[in-house]
Amino acid sequence: MSIHISNISKSYKNVKALQDISFDVKAGELFGLIGPDGAGKTTLFRILTTLLIANEGTATVAGFNVVSDYKNIRNSVGYMPGKFSLYQDLTVEENLEFFATIFGTTIEENYELIKDIYVQIEPFKARRAGKLSGGMKQKLALCCALIHKPKVLFLDEPTTGVDPVSRKEFWDMLKRLQQKNITILVSTPYMDEAALCDRIALIQDGKILEIDTPEAIVKHYPKPIYNVSANNMYQLINSLNAYKHNHSVYPFGEFVHYTDNRTDFNPEDLKVYLESKNLSNINIDKTVATIEDTFMELAK
Amino acid sequence: MKRFIGFIKKEFYHIFRDRRSLFILFGMPIAQIMLFGFAITNEINNVDIAILDHSKDVTTEEIINKISASKYFSINQFIEKESDIETVFKKGKVKAVLNIEKDFSKNLIKEHKATIQIITDATDPNTANTISNYVNAILIQYQKELNKEITITYQTVPQTRMVYNPALKSVYMFVPGVMTIILMLVSAMMTSISITREKELGTMEILLVSPLKPFQVIVGKVFPYIFLSIINAVVIVLLSIFIFKMPVQGSLFLLALESILFIISALALGILISTISATQQTAMMISLMGLMLPVILLSGFIFPISSMPLPLQIISNIIPAKWFIIIIKGIMLKGVGIQFIWKETLILVAMTIFFIGLSVKKYKIRLE
Amino acid sequence: MKNNNVIQVEGLTKMFGDFTAVNAITFEVKKGEIFGFLGANGAGKTTAMKMLIGISNPTSGKANVAGFDVFTHAEDIKKSIGYMSQKFALYDDLTVKENITFFGGIYGLSRKRIKEKSAILIEELGLEKVANKLVGALPLGWKQKLSFSVSMIHDPKIVFLDEPTGGVDPITRRQFWEMIYKAANQGTTVFVTTHYMDEAEYCDRVSIMVNGKIEALDTPKQLKAKFEVDNMNDVFLKLARG
Repeated sequence: MSIHISNISKSYKNVKALQDISFDVKAGELFGLIGPDGAGKTTLFRILTTLLIANEGTATVAGFNVVSDYKNIRNSVGYMPGKFSLYQDLTVEENLEFFATIFGTTIEENYELIKDIYVQIEPFKARRAGKLSGGMKQKLALCCALIHKPKVLFLDEPTTGVDPVSRKEFWDMLKRLQQKNITILVSTPYMDEAALCDRIALIQDGKILEIDTPEAIVKHYPKPIYNVSANNMYQLINSLNAYKHNHSVYPFGEFVHYTDNRTDFNPEDLKVYLESKNLSNINIDKTVATIEDTFMELAK
Repeated sequence: MKRFIGFIKKEFYHIFRDRRSLFILFGMPIAQIMLFGFAITNEINNVDIAILDHSKDVTTEEIINKISASKYFSINQFIEKESDIETVFKKGKVKAVLNIEKDFSKNLIKEHKATIQIITDATDPNTANTISNYVNAILIQYQKELNKEITITYQTVPQTRMVYNPALKSVYMFVPGVMTIILMLVSAMMTSISITREKELGTMEILLVSPLKPFQVIVGKVFPYIFLSIINAVVIVLLSIFIFKMPVQGSLFLLALESILFIISALALGILISTISATQQTAMMISLMGLMLPVILLSGFIFPISSMPLPLQIISNIIPAKWFIIIIKGIMLKGVGIQFIWKETLILVAMTIFFIGLSVKKYKIRLE
Repeated sequence: MKNNNVIQVEGLTKMFGDFTAVNAITFEVKKGEIFGFLGANGAGKTTAMKMLIGISNPTSGKANVAGFDVFTHAEDIKKSIGYMSQKFALYDDLTVKENITFFGGIYGLSRKRIKEKSAILIEELGLEKVANKLVGALPLGWKQKLSFSVSMIHDPKIVFLDEPTGGVDPITRRQFWEMIYKAANQGTTVFVTTHYMDEAEYCDRVSIMVNGKIEALDTPKQLKAKFEVDNMNDVFLKLARG
């Protein structure tokens, strides 16, 4: 077991940031903590990286207790905070060298581990970190977090504010790192990234909603779910919200995801109703739930 | 050790890449010394005065010549009647009016007593005071010359001798003060800002989650500034010796040691400030308000401590700068050795140890 | 205004030295449309938007926003648009009401109008209980919704949203989009920049910028069909990777 969290709670003044959190992350797993801003993801990361002490509960990382063995943890984990936290006035190479030195190693010693990532930013190694683009900053930050060959890697919202191309590249890198036996705990507010993890925990308001593989989580969605579309989105949403049998109505891109609270729901009834609301081009098709549907259902 | 050197290397990168701060760091001491040395001064020079001479005789003419010959005064105009006095003051250029009574020579010879009234513009009391002292001095001088001829018995003339700063140069008084301010500013403000910058940028989080010990982080942060502060101290001393011809009477070695002691106490204060402030802005405000103002106002640099109200005199004792100013004035101006300033030194040592202890204790190994 | 376009851009270009940040972009946005303006980091989105809202002068080209020319009438543009960004939204140390009053004030609303608007806004958003609380104490999602409403306080013709819903929880996010639909339905044009593709799916039409040029412009449905993929993310990946 690489990370073991049991009954962790943490409050600031009168805000309960985390309430009774328990879960385990297996060695070599890519585990995602999925939830919006303010859900408590960063607080949990800080507790696990020994930066904060929980009010209640215990946790171990790589076998070390986060309170009593904090020094050992600081030697064996890599941490990439949510905010870009490198020295903007140092060059790419200087940043990497600095982090290698303070962890008592050299770039050469662990070059193998970061090679894939570093070659992408190497052409800019003499550039100051502050002048890099968002995607490159993030790659540099990842290199710096990996330079001492950590057993466990903590990535707090690494893809926030990064464009889709860089995001995709980043997740590909994580997959490769996982092959090298590094346990990765990553957090993200973006539900579409959940599918890329081995297992995920959905978190909101300091509470875990569900923990499972992404496939199992969507499979457990309790109701049949329908894509509804019509000529006018706004009227469609309003009409569906006014429909007395609705269980949930959520816009999803060009469709609205609709669930009904009757067990014997017939889409034709809904179509008739929508037509009575002067909507046209109505389409109602069964679809599969996404992680986001599950999240909203659980958070309701 | 390698980690530590790596850390210090990084600090120097920060310092040398921040051109603006670097400029302030080295430009400020020079600018301040020049400012205090040349512009801000207690001496008076070429002050405009007006003369209302009711007698217009030989003696008054001689007196007027004496005054206008001195480099302190230049006679702006002669006025004819009492009512003009207010008019010239209102115009503002004239700072003093000499009102010489009627029949000055006659009175002087007949009654051995004649009166000159010195009217000064006291909107600036310091200058007014100085002007009247200088005029007095010239008159006394003239009187002495007269007395040689007339020989009057039992005349006492007070004689004042200025020691340690015979020319009464104000730069001698400012150099120790400026040096104190600069060392305080560079050491305390710069360290507190550089530590809080890491907090603000979030890099402190990564440093904490690394095997670096708190002690290494602190020493690594302050080390470059010890170095820079020493350079500044040297620059200030060189400037004062070579530009203002201010002699350093005492041992340079002792001066260096005392300066390093003061630098360390200021650095410890800087660390302390950084532990209580979350942003660079707060750190800067606290440094400026909490350190600079007391140094300027309560250390005896500008306002003599002995003329402060008692509560302020007591408060001044807890300001390290006060003791440092006493020490360096002693060394630079009086040329005293450690036997005369060991008490002050000991107080400074005690304060330094206290600040270091407190800041190490306050430094957090975790967030919040 | 001719042919119902509230934004009309032709060959708009911005150079910084010899670097072309925005390279002769041409597009138009209709009244009441929700227009998505996408692009990778550094593709030129922000620069283009700054020109449209009148805070940056184009190097060449033509642009007309809300009936005003960006070269000659930038000040008039500012009066007829609303702007909301995730970075700067509301003052955390002012209360909900104070924020509304302040922003109403800078857009020149009368005191009476501000009062009315403020009451409507607070009621619509269900903020009655927290109307006198500091904005800093509100949850992120509420802040974003309030911020959107405040950017519309002067009933602008166009509202520019700069990555409006990053990090917001999925339910609040949908409430936010419902507000956007409502605004669009009432005739306000909504111009959204984002690099989150699920947000793009909500737009009527989207344009995708790559290296300063608009490489694609169509409805999400058409774009997906054209690139033979089933979501906007893949459209983006195909385009941006060339």
